[in-house]
Amino acid sequence: MTANPVLELRNAGKVYGEGETLVTALHGAALTVAAGELVAVRGSSGSGKSTLLHLAGGLDAPSTGDVLVEGQALSGMSRKELARLRRRSIGYVFQDLNLVPSLTAAENIALPRELDGTHAAEARIEALAALEEIGLREVADRFPDEMSGGQQQRVAIARALIGPRRLVLADEPTGALDSETGEGVMRLLRARCDAGAACLLVTHEPRHSAWADRVVFISDGAIIDETTADAPAVLDLGALT
Amino acid sequence: MSIKHGLLALLAPGPKYGYQLKAEFEATTGSAWPLNIGQVYSTLQRLEKGGQIEADGVPDDDGRVVYALTPAGREELAGWFRSPIAQESRPRDELAIKLAMAVNTPGVEAREVVQAQRRQAMSSLQSLTRAKATVPEDDLARVMVVDSLIFAVEAEVSWLDRCEARLRKARTAQTPDVKTPEKEAVQ
Repeated sequence: MTANPVLELRNAGKVYGEGETLVTALHGAALTVAAGELVAVRGSSGSGKSTLLHLAGGLDAPSTGDVLVEGQALSGMSRKELARLRRRSIGYVFQDLNLVPSLTAAENIALPRELDGTHAAEARIEALAALEEIGLREVADRFPDEMSGGQQQRVAIARALIGPRRLVLADEPTGALDSETGEGVMRLLRARCDAGAACLLVTHEPRHSAWADRVVFISDGAIIDETTADAPAVLDLGALT
Repeated sequence: MSIKHGLLALLAPGPKYGYQLKAEFEATTGSAWPLNIGQVYSTLQRLEKGGQIEADGVPDDDGRVVYALTPAGREELAGWFRSPIAQESRPRDELAIKLAMAVNTPGVEAREVVQAQRRQAMSSLQSLTRAKATVPEDDLARVMVVDSLIFAVEAEVSWLDRCEARLRKARTAQTPDVKTPEKEAVQ
């Protein structure tokens, strides 16, 4: 277990329906993601991994247990407080529909900061710095449909982590991308985590899960197993590292 | 693993010593397949006997000799690059055999066998990915070797994911009271 996790699920569970139609989507999920950590979730469709991500992001309330973001329990929050936490502490990156089509890359990244109450000019400076950091300064004034899929996803990651935000929830962020572009997105996510962000990632691609520090396996609504990054290598890659 | 053809390829630019070939082989493939010097010399002897390489000049003070490609060696090497590698040369797959046995052996939980292997394969994939992150992207030879290992392990993970789903489905079919959650799909 880690000290001061950015995200913590305590025995979180979710049931839908009742009586005959009751379905347990998730039960007894315990999971922490610390600053600097990238955690990937693996499971087949229907395993409960999207439910897990929804609970983690405060998009859905757990039926049992609790979810803590930056040490704050979501259960005790009013709708308003929850909305504020979602906006201020959590960044979301989905497979598509990430960016506002009518805003440029810089405006998209600046948007959460403006909603935080930061002055527009200052928010733009921060957005440009964020673009610079991910090597995409040149797309600042382009609209999403003028960018490649990989550029859009990288901009979405920059937006997710703008300002004081350090938790990013990524659901199939490489889903619509080719292998090489997808790898570029994963390299960026890894770099942002190495720089202190915490990320919970759902991806069906084993190759992309492998960028994580830990891979959590979920099946029939329960976390059944996990890997750690310190497992011994099967091959001697001494000369590579 | 064709050490023979690897050595022929390393000799293509010009004559080399055996210890040089060992070092270059490992540097090119990123030490994924370390060679011992004995393997290198025994392979060189076979190649020399087969007329594909020859000693070039006289041995140095330490008795070491430089090897060079012969025209027959160049022809062999060109042929190797021209021919794709056949898939059927794979040895019996112990993992597939083990899973087949696990499904049908009383008292063995096949899902546990699958999960143990998934965890192992996923860990391997993580360590390969960490190794890859340290290789400069313009080091094409190494990047391609690591990618080859990564894609092979990924195929195993994908297959095991599929095995897990099959076993889960089979178990659910046996026990109709187990309800599968349908609520998925984000977007």
